[in-house]
Amino acid sequence: MTTLLSLAVLLLIGIAVWQISKIFELTQIQSEGYDPATSEIANDKDNNTQGNLMFAFLVFIYLLTIYSFWAWGDVLLPEAASEHGDDYDNLMLISFVLIFFVQTVTQALLHYFAYKYKGKKGQKALFYADNDKLEFIWTIIPVITLAGLILYGLYTWTNIMNIDEDDDPMVVELYAQQFNWKARYAGADNVLGDANVRLINIDEANILGVDESDPNAQDDIITTELHLPVGKQVLFKMRSQDVLHSAYMPFFRAQMNCVPGMVTQFSFTPIKTTEEMRQDPDVVAKVKKINKLRAERSKKLVADGEGALEPYEFDYLLLCNKICGKSHYNMQMKIIVESEEEYQKWLSEQRKFAESLVKS
Amino acid sequence: MAATAHAHVDDHAHDEHHHHKETFITKYIFSQDHKMIAKQYLITGLIMGAIGIFMSILFRIQLAWPEQSFTIFEMFLGKWAPEGVMDADVYLALVTIHGTIMVFFVLTAGLSGTFSNLLIPLQIGARDMASGLLNMISYWLFFVSSVIMTLSLFVEAGPAAAGWTIYPPLSALPQAQPGSGMGMTLWLVSMAIFIASSLLGSLNYIVTVLNLRTKGMSMTRLPLTIWAFFVTAIIGVVSFPVLLSAALLLIMDRSFGTSFFLSDIFIQGEVLHYQGGSPVLFEHLFWFLGHPEVYIVLLPALGITSEIISTNARKPIFGYRAMVASILAIAFLSTIVWGHHMFISGMNPFLGSVFTFTTLLIAIPSAVKAFNYITTLWKGNLQMNPAMLFSIGLVSTFITGGLTGIILGDSALDINVHDTYFVVAHFHLVMGISALYGLFAGVYHWFPKMFQGRMMNKNLGYIHFWVTAIGAYGIFYPMHFVGMAGLPRRYYTNTYFPYFDDLADVNVVITLFAIVTAAVQLVFVYNFIHSIFYGKRGPKNPWRSNTLEWTAEVKHIHGNWDGPIPEVHRWAYDYSKPGHEDDFVPQNVPLKEGEEELNH
Repeated sequence: MTTLLSLAVLLLIGIAVWQISKIFELTQIQSEGYDPATSEIANDKDNNTQGNLMFAFLVFIYLLTIYSFWAWGDVLLPEAASEHGDDYDNLMLISFVLIFFVQTVTQALLHYFAYKYKGKKGQKALFYADNDKLEFIWTIIPVITLAGLILYGLYTWTNIMNIDEDDDPMVVELYAQQFNWKARYAGADNVLGDANVRLINIDEANILGVDESDPNAQDDIITTELHLPVGKQVLFKMRSQDVLHSAYMPFFRAQMNCVPGMVTQFSFTPIKTTEEMRQDPDVVAKVKKINKLRAERSKKLVADGEGALEPYEFDYLLLCNKICGKSHYNMQMKIIVESEEEYQKWLSEQRKFAESLVKS
Repeated sequence: MAATAHAHVDDHAHDEHHHHKETFITKYIFSQDHKMIAKQYLITGLIMGAIGIFMSILFRIQLAWPEQSFTIFEMFLGKWAPEGVMDADVYLALVTIHGTIMVFFVLTAGLSGTFSNLLIPLQIGARDMASGLLNMISYWLFFVSSVIMTLSLFVEAGPAAAGWTIYPPLSALPQAQPGSGMGMTLWLVSMAIFIASSLLGSLNYIVTVLNLRTKGMSMTRLPLTIWAFFVTAIIGVVSFPVLLSAALLLIMDRSFGTSFFLSDIFIQGEVLHYQGGSPVLFEHLFWFLGHPEVYIVLLPALGITSEIISTNARKPIFGYRAMVASILAIAFLSTIVWGHHMFISGMNPFLGSVFTFTTLLIAIPSAVKAFNYITTLWKGNLQMNPAMLFSIGLVSTFITGGLTGIILGDSALDINVHDTYFVVAHFHLVMGISALYGLFAGVYHWFPKMFQGRMMNKNLGYIHFWVTAIGAYGIFYPMHFVGMAGLPRRYYTNTYFPYFDDLADVNVVITLFAIVTAAVQLVFVYNFIHSIFYGKRGPKNPWRSNTLEWTAEVKHIHGNWDGPIPEVHRWAYDYSKPGHEDDFVPQNVPLKEGEEELNH
């Protein structure tokens, strides 16, 4: 039935288009000076209408920009929760200010000229083919601006990516598989035991392929939640056992691919605990909005005889951000940033690798 | 082979009036005439485009109203949409094939194939391509690859679903997802044939432009369309073979047990034998084509726009030499920026710095182009034909989409927006929509040349443009916000993250714009088909343009010009030149006594 209806709608739309074009044509034929040979070429009337529409389109672009910020400005990520995140957000802000300035000016010129210089019969365009000075200016301005951006960008990039081992960061492995994450803490020695997927032994519950004979491995701790102490630099070592994944931690402005056959790394220092982030006014407002939406949806669900949705509470997230198969959209891990004491307490409750093995 | 084909073309020059006996098959199917081949490319490209756009509507519906039942899913996806709910695997297949079809089949073959074939011989004053035979083979290889790609939609386990970038190991291991079985094999076969087609076409374009220019048509008098097609063909010849090698190595990993891209894999409870390969190597090979590909798509559109804006502004294109220089600069830079797709792939961060540097350099020639277009409009006498609207639209989306490239090309900033919807918004505007506008502009502008003087209906063209223009911004502008919110692309749904719940209404808005925009393309389809048969016949040179194609016969004859090929005496942009009565002076008009020649 629906199929039939949709086909009927399509047919009707088709007929409507056909009719509209007929009407256009008839009105054209009746107009003065109609010549079928040139009737499909823009005349003064078309130039006028379309030129005005160009100006209207400029207004549309501006309004869309303003509306988007008004309606969706609050979906953007809150302030960064990592040390380098401040630099990142600054660079982003500067780039955006620049982009918006250029966008506003160039779109205005483009559409205003399209409106202002719409064609009229008898009007002649200016023969203006070249101006070396002008072209030099608008080559050199982007050069200087970009040189600044590149330098600032590379400075930030180097700061983020260069890891100083002397700082003695806490080493944590992020281990990806279709479709979940595991974290492996290095333990008291802060050295991860060797590992390779060839050493995986499901029967002994050695699911990450950690080398059972490596002394460094004995105190490693494997978990399904990522807990981090606030203010301490973490060095993540990423591994994947099957396909490409990407460890994406948007609140910390951090991301690195997990590549089978190699270990990749990324480092940052969390500066806000989960609890602090939950108090952030932006986050509070966002959570409130989300819970309102969820309450509405729950009402519907309950009416349909299903269970209501749980209220949402903010948590840091680790998402997979490289297409990895069917459940890519639900490959996530909770990140909890807490005080050193809370972290140590949690860690001490976890089983060490040597204890977690099932020996028959 | 090229030599004999060349001679063959010349033969035609001599017996223009008594054609070879043409059967239906040699005229319409296995034609060696560049104009017919151009039309074949266009129509195949448009059909593929319809498939690609339709797929995007299907997955946009899923994104706006996730995991709900729709009859349209049941109708088109069958067993992959049990009870009308789209399956997560088929979602990935749809985005994969949508990307593949739009990038390669529509915007590479459909755009470049159509207009390079149509315009290169006509605008440089040649009777046909250097090799009509290779040209024909090129089209038919493209056709075969299109058919294989379409057939792959019907295999048991579904088509390729690893994303259009087909990164291994996902694409290499049938255990990783159903789409990596037969569907992926067909994808690779189809693309290998496609690349062969593209290489044959590109070689032909290069040779034709270099060797078959008419008397007086020096390189500095070439219209910017030809410069763009020529340079595009060179980029294609340089970069496509690398993708072919990547595809071949992937085929070997998949079928013959080699380990080019695979190492240390444990999947479905067993360790695979692969050792020593690296998926990052594949990424390098893929993007060595993949990034130039962006410009293979974009440059022809920019060339078309240059021509159309100048003609319709009744003004010379501003800064011809700078335009040529920026095409060359973009082409050169495009081959050394591929690493900006891989900042967080695990490659050395220092390499990331190098690629940031080269990538942001591309903004300079791009900015020059944008400024030159705007200046060309200044003090013009703008004829607002549909082709002109699409060209101005292209400049607009090129700027909007291009600017966000400054963020994505910056390795530091890329960290947090990499692979989010921000990227999707960026590349759809700057290359997808822009190149599509170039395609539409070209079709409206050269329709009379393709279909023997018939013209498309302008009012339907206006409706087509305005709804598309509003729709394109309506779809992709809000999408930047979705990306800045941190939502990764290629997610079947975001409902498993309550944090993203407030994106629900943005997604609905985007989808509604997408549906309206896709629907209005039917107006174009109607206009296109209707005009082929019933379009009004316009004058021989309807847009009063300077380029040579408008001096050729309106009726399609093999050899293009009934008499001798016109000689060229000036550049293509003498519009509104002082001292001439008309506001255009075609290239074949000799210089007046004492007239100064301008070609810069």
